[in-house]
Amino acid sequence: MKYDVIVVGGGPAGLAAAVEANKNGAEKVLVIERDQELGGILNQCIHNGFGLHYFKEELTGPEYAGKFIDMLAETNIEVMLDTMVLDVDENEKCVHAMNKKNGYMKLEAKAIVLNMGCRERTRGAIAIPGDRPAGVFTAGAAQRYVNIEGYMVGKKVLILGSGDIGLIMARRMSLEGAKVVGCVELCPYSNGLNRNIVQCLNDYNIPLYLSHTITDIQGDKRVEKVIVQKVDEKNQPIPGTEMEFDVDTVLLSVGLIPENELTRSAGIEMDPATSGPVVYENMETSAEGIFASGNVVHVHDLVDFVTAESQKAGQSAAEYVKNGETKDQTCIAIKNGDGVNGIVPQKVRPSNVDKKVEVMFRARNVFKDVQIKVKSNGQELASFKREHMAPGEMEKIVIPKAFLDKVENGEITVSVEKVGA
Amino acid sequence: MTELICIVCPKGCHLKVDEENGYKVTGNGCPRGAAYGEKELVNPTRVITSTVKVESKQARRVPVKTAGDIPKSKIYDVMNELNKVTVKAPVQVGDVVIPDVLGLGVDIVACKKVAE
Repeated sequence: MKYDVIVVGGGPAGLAAAVEANKNGAEKVLVIERDQELGGILNQCIHNGFGLHYFKEELTGPEYAGKFIDMLAETNIEVMLDTMVLDVDENEKCVHAMNKKNGYMKLEAKAIVLNMGCRERTRGAIAIPGDRPAGVFTAGAAQRYVNIEGYMVGKKVLILGSGDIGLIMARRMSLEGAKVVGCVELCPYSNGLNRNIVQCLNDYNIPLYLSHTITDIQGDKRVEKVIVQKVDEKNQPIPGTEMEFDVDTVLLSVGLIPENELTRSAGIEMDPATSGPVVYENMETSAEGIFASGNVVHVHDLVDFVTAESQKAGQSAAEYVKNGETKDQTCIAIKNGDGVNGIVPQKVRPSNVDKKVEVMFRARNVFKDVQIKVKSNGQELASFKREHMAPGEMEKIVIPKAFLDKVENGEITVSVEKVGA
Repeated sequence: MTELICIVCPKGCHLKVDEENGYKVTGNGCPRGAAYGEKELVNPTRVITSTVKVESKQARRVPVKTAGDIPKSKIYDVMNELNKVTVKAPVQVGDVVIPDVLGLGVDIVACKKVAE
């Protein structure tokens, strides 16, 4: 038995990809999910603010996931829960997986969509000095304990990193009765959305320490004390700026990394800038017929954009099942220029572009009054004004197909320049 | 003149509210921002999301929210009410967990389907 499309992962990306593949004519679609329910990380993101773009209403994470789970239930899409994918085979186009009920399975597909999402960086990844007591959690792990399992993780809390998950957990812990003494951020600016600084920190009188970091964690069995220091421009701790916090818990919100073990072992080309696979305009990877979308490709700010990108991947997978590989493989590479990082898609085949191609990336720094310039061979193809750019906010530009036809040496560079430069 | 960051959507517009001229809002990208700007100074409100205990074989907690805004000053009172509640599965999205919580005119509703 052969599936038309196998979707690896049943979070927001996988749900959207599967529904869209089905809608576009893929008859046998299978979603494989390792958790016991669909919805992925949205299940623990009980706060609201999801869906403003896609559903035009403000939903909580579980509500957003629920809408897609309901859509999926109205189709003949198959779902395997509690099932672990061990390997994706690029050549044979099959997925090796196992679960308690069926044991080991080799599942063949005409197309595969990778939607494994991302993981949190841990204490080990950023090498915080000090003792190794209990009480140091990633913010997402704490979020799962509190929101799904119903356990409080601590009473006095310090948060390292001002990413959105850290800010959301600052509020959540406060609401559940913990004292959150501060949020410490290495950068001179916050990496979270402004609205979360307001409604998660300011609302609960939680101070934000910019250009600060944790330089020591002390405690025998449980965290007892944390030392925080100011840092200089090179992120080095400044002696004499030590602050002591008597806390029992440290939550880390220090970045997310796309989870690509399966992608790498399949031999798919990776992009060090995004830590995800290199993708074409239709979210196809370097392996023909294997697509990827969502946080496994690059970490998004908003689930609405994960949905949009994954719908594209699902549709492309269905088209691949129908029409086979892209005939004209002529390709333009999109490169990170000055001030730009993590461009997606990294490659564009103009033959696959209908009217326009959407390009997403992040600014390398905080910029004011700048222009995003799209250039080929030194010639400017397009420019876009921005009053404000920050690494915490994903940028999107739209390049019309007509501009792609003007590209000369098979390469486009996107950069950020001061207005007038 | 008070400067605020709008929290209505992830865009986070920088608002200026002129409390001396009828709370006129500038810097907002949409009408909802203007409404937020005035309300934030006159009577700030928030939607609260949390969880309550659920009796089910599938789950220990069910996520809930206030179906509308509640006054900011009542947040901890509402959290206290949520701590007193245990719901019985099955639960559907939108099921009322606490009607008219603390007489604020807003229901607490479930955000997730939970099977028995």
